[in-house]
Amino acid sequence: MSEGQEKIHFFDRPANVERLLKGFYAICILLALGDFVAHRHIGFDWERIPAFYALYGFVACVLLVLIAKQMRKILMRGEDYYGDKSGNE
Amino acid sequence: MSELSPFLIYFAAALAAACVRGLPRQLLLLATPVAAGLYLWLGLTPGTDVTYTLMNYELTVLRTDKLSLLFGYLFCIASFFAGIFSLHVKDTKQHVAGMMYAGSALGAVFSGDLITLFIFWELLAISSVFLIWARGTERALRAGMRYLVYQVLSGVLLLAGALVYHHNTGSLAFDHIGLDAGIAGWLIFIAFGIKCAFPFLHSWLTDGYPEATVTGTVFLSAFTTKVAVYALARGFAGEEIMVYIGVTMACFPIFYAVIENDLRKVLAYSLINQVGFMVTGIGIGTALALNGAVAHAFSDVIFKGLLFMSMGAVLYRTGNINGSDLGGLYKSMPKTTLLCIIGALSISAFPLFSGFVSKSMVMTALMQENHGYFWLLMLFASAGVFHHAGIKIPYFAFFHHDSGIRTEEAPRNMLIAMGVAAALCIFIGSQPQYLYALLPWEVEYWPYDLTHVLAQTQLLFFSALAFVWLNKQGLYPPELRSVNLDAEWFYRRLVPAGAQHTLALLRRMKETMLKTLTAHMQSVKNEFGKSPMATYHLSESWPTGSMVFWISAILAAFLLLDISGLGR
Repeated sequence: MSEGQEKIHFFDRPANVERLLKGFYAICILLALGDFVAHRHIGFDWERIPAFYALYGFVACVLLVLIAKQMRKILMRGEDYYGDKSGNE
Repeated sequence: MSELSPFLIYFAAALAAACVRGLPRQLLLLATPVAAGLYLWLGLTPGTDVTYTLMNYELTVLRTDKLSLLFGYLFCIASFFAGIFSLHVKDTKQHVAGMMYAGSALGAVFSGDLITLFIFWELLAISSVFLIWARGTERALRAGMRYLVYQVLSGVLLLAGALVYHHNTGSLAFDHIGLDAGIAGWLIFIAFGIKCAFPFLHSWLTDGYPEATVTGTVFLSAFTTKVAVYALARGFAGEEIMVYIGVTMACFPIFYAVIENDLRKVLAYSLINQVGFMVTGIGIGTALALNGAVAHAFSDVIFKGLLFMSMGAVLYRTGNINGSDLGGLYKSMPKTTLLCIIGALSISAFPLFSGFVSKSMVMTALMQENHGYFWLLMLFASAGVFHHAGIKIPYFAFFHHDSGIRTEEAPRNMLIAMGVAAALCIFIGSQPQYLYALLPWEVEYWPYDLTHVLAQTQLLFFSALAFVWLNKQGLYPPELRSVNLDAEWFYRRLVPAGAQHTLALLRRMKETMLKTLTAHMQSVKNEFGKSPMATYHLSESWPTGSMVFWISAILAAFLLLDISGLGR
């Protein structure tokens, strides 16, 4: 447990988190714009959609999480479901 | 040219490790993989065959070609960093089991016939289960038992398949088998499929690996599934069904990984997902796809080992590996955090890290063969990998909210082991020509061009953006202490519950039947009591003794009649 005078770490300051996220958003925007500057080779037709990979990655992950959340309703059981609670103390 | 099979080095070392303690054993752990690796590199050339004849069967204990040598090098590397990682362990049986396990994996990939393969296949099962049992908990004991049942079943199927194959073809050689070989082909295919964690046959992995010891899981993640990948690449390359199986394997575990709480179990699901890419590559069967499959096995052993080591270090230091209880550990374990992030970047296939140079081969092969929809699904799986293994693992263990846990940095040997694996991840990722030179099939490929790098970086950054957005919206599912139902439900819940239900039903049936019968007998007796017959002298109840007396009397009378000759 913390001992009163603990050192303040990097992510304890919300400003640092904010700064990191801003940098991250900037990179995302640059990458999406990269599609309009650079010329990609096209293998499949859907790759012609501007920023295809960016859109696909975003939508895929949102869907993944939302579906997984719904799966919890069907699949989730208590920790002791099989009658042998976790070995972690 | 040498005739010594490399597994012997490991088996001898395992024997020696059982006899010594302390520093000599630690030296053994370090020296064995180095010695075996050097021997493979310098002492063996592709094209060596060492055969013995045993009871009319020709057994090939050593067959070297570029494919078996590649896995040989890989297993030496894996046992090297896993050995360093477990240097602090005092438990003899874990060290012996680890060495035997690594040796069996080498034996399996160098075996040139199905019987030798079967022997090492079973040795893999038996040696590895001790790494689960060594945890010592009741839960680990039971999980180990279930693991062993699956592994031995796989061995039995392999043996049955081998015998049918020999009966049909007259050969035991372990070369391309194919599903055209009929029942023999299918038996062997399913045997390989169990060890490869095909869907519905995978639960031994997600059930067993998270229960193993801190160091045991590192060994486990390296060998069993990769031996199976090797066996499939050797025996069933180009079987189209594997494309379907591989894509399923790459896609379904990521959903589980998102909602799983035990972070080592998340990695177990992610292991199946990565093996899915390899199985798909083998199913496509072109030179590029096969190279991609085995190259991805090579990088996967190293980055998955690194991730399991970092989670092992967390478990070792905090005694807990549940995402719900961890968080903020970057404060006390900064080096482990950094090394874990390198593993996470590698598995997510960031450019300059090892996953990128191998996974992109499978993706390109899918594109070349015009598997459009599979390609989209695999792209989905690639984004999903980053989501659950690349972000979730480091985020919930080391960042997230501060759990208040303050601990020490991982022990030095663990840091060195993780450092070795991390260095290899970056080396393979940034200098892929050295790995490519080892690949068995001849094909020109280079992953670093603008298209690939831009596309992959976009995919990954926007997957991360999705994570940030979902978290900010409060949509991201919290880590909850829970169990998620998977294929193991069938035999851990349905079958036992079904058996109990049937037993209860039978018991009830027996009781009802007895009750009806006694009631019936009673009513017959009562009816009889009412009839005039009941008053007759002989129909009263007599003691058994009197009956015996009267029967004896009758028999005696017969005897007397017989003696006197009256009966004839």
